[in-house]
Amino acid sequence: MANEVVDHGRRRFLTITTAVVGGVGVVAAVVPFIKSWEPSARAKAAGAPVTADISKIEPGQKVTFAWRSQPVFVVNRTKEQLAALPSLDVRLTDPKSEVTDQQPKYAQNATRSIKPEWLVVVGLCTHLGCVPDFEPVMKPEPFDPNWKGGFYCPCHKSRYDLAGRVFQGVPAPKNLPVPPYHFVDDNTIQIGVDPKGAG
Amino acid sequence: MANVFTRMGDWVNERAPNLAPTYRKHMTEYYAPKNFNLWYYFGSLALLVLVNQIVTGIFLTMNYKTSALEAFNSVEYIMRDVEWGWLIRYMHSTGASLFFIVVFLHMFRGLMYGSYKKPRELVWLLGMLIFLVLMAEAFMGYVLPWGNMSFWGAKVIISLFGTLPYVGHALVEWIMGDFLPADATLNRFFALHVIALPIVLLLLVVLHLAALHEVGSNNPDGVDVKHGPKGNRWDAGKPTDAIPFHPYYTVKDLVGVGFFLMIAAFIIFFAPTFGGWFLEHDNFIPANNLVTPTHIKPVWYFTPFYAILRMIPSMFGTAVWGVLAMFAAIVLLFLVPWIDRGQVRSIRYRGAGFKVLLFGFVLSFVALGAVGAGVIAEIMPSWEIFFGRVWTIVYFGFFLGLWAYTHFGWEKTKPVPERVTTHD
Repeated sequence: MANEVVDHGRRRFLTITTAVVGGVGVVAAVVPFIKSWEPSARAKAAGAPVTADISKIEPGQKVTFAWRSQPVFVVNRTKEQLAALPSLDVRLTDPKSEVTDQQPKYAQNATRSIKPEWLVVVGLCTHLGCVPDFEPVMKPEPFDPNWKGGFYCPCHKSRYDLAGRVFQGVPAPKNLPVPPYHFVDDNTIQIGVDPKGAG
Repeated sequence: MANVFTRMGDWVNERAPNLAPTYRKHMTEYYAPKNFNLWYYFGSLALLVLVNQIVTGIFLTMNYKTSALEAFNSVEYIMRDVEWGWLIRYMHSTGASLFFIVVFLHMFRGLMYGSYKKPRELVWLLGMLIFLVLMAEAFMGYVLPWGNMSFWGAKVIISLFGTLPYVGHALVEWIMGDFLPADATLNRFFALHVIALPIVLLLLVVLHLAALHEVGSNNPDGVDVKHGPKGNRWDAGKPTDAIPFHPYYTVKDLVGVGFFLMIAAFIIFFAPTFGGWFLEHDNFIPANNLVTPTHIKPVWYFTPFYAILRMIPSMFGTAVWGVLAMFAAIVLLFLVPWIDRGQVRSIRYRGAGFKVLLFGFVLSFVALGAVGAGVIAEIMPSWEIFFGRVWTIVYFGFFLGLWAYTHFGWEKTKPVPERVTTHD
């Protein structure tokens, strides 16, 4: 070689540019592997909206529908059960549903629903995702002497009222989430799709 | 014949002159202190269980079906129809629990004799990494039979990541590959359990042993034999108070292996579920995403950490605190070499305060295990939270107490002997 002098600046420049270009390549190559862990097209398709016939649900009853393989509770609340809801406000963590992630705007009201009697919530405890039990009867329970009906999680004893609002002093931090849903007609709801104009 | 073997040996030596010295370095010329006691069985026993898990695991994959629809039935098929399948599976499931028993005892030995102290911090760190990978490995393995406890255990554990602010929800979906633990989750856990994590585990075990052999083993006296007198009957330059690992400790370990296998065989043949502790009753019911088991609880080896998670209440609208405390309970163990500022290694020559702290730590671990397993909720439900929180404080108090005790010079140690106490 004619040039005996090592150009350190040039060498450093080449090292850094090679490393940067190589690094970008490695990051780009990693992306498909990371993305492959996301829900697949099939899993997303299985999470499509569910149409539910609610005409056979008597007042005071709960029926569970599966949406995105999650249990969705649909409860037909009685007049007495609805009347008891405001009396619980002082014992709840978020009585006014102020945590906006937990329900769409159209369910951010006193009953957390579109029509007062119909409660639609995802039946997964916001603590660690167990399915709470439906305890609709207003009677003293071992876990709460002033029970006005609601949901009781058998895993870690979290309690929710009949609007899916979480009680204070339990492990669960948030109200049960209300999924997007709308009334197709008086007897049918579709879970997974917002009402027209909302959203 | 002998000639053939000699020539084969020479042939290898010519091409890889460092192989034989490597064997000698780690076996016949690895000099270990001669005063090892019963506590020194558990390292080699862990290695034995690791081999058992790999061999039985390979044979289980030959009949296991990785699919949410078929997994449960394929495990039952292994249990009922595959020749000796029940034995292979029970060896694997019992091995998992025994793995944690020997690893817990191995770790306790390290704490007791100060084996984590300089210059063995790296050995301790690598060992803790092994423990961490082992927990992930065990968790994913427990999901594979796709029983109802597999499903709900996976749900609860993955949901822990959902408590993280901002990214939590997306992270949970990313880990599960669905909106609930599903076929995608089962398949990726299988891949990690069978290929990825075992490779990492083996690599870490090699590094753990390599790091150990660099610095040499500690011993119940916590005395460095390398700094003692030199010269023994095999080598004039090696420590007087050390003996070659092979054949002396290999033979000793074989005795331990014999006892260990008797216990293992008893469990495998007479109590494979161990009363619901090694294999939970709810896991003999197929996974059902609409019905939660009455009591979700992890297998026994996770219960102390699970109890800490449960004892911390939600605050400021998030459940992340319990998760952080649970991870802190493990991270603090990594830091023990730096938390403990004491100069004396072995419990034999340490102050009374250290003994009290370590005893409290072991008690809290057992008590929190009982809380996590739901034992306390059964026998005294109204005291569970109080009991659990007190022992959570004791658990973390060990680390704080150990630091304060050694940092402020409150520890009154006894004189450490020059040489191990059992030399002639």
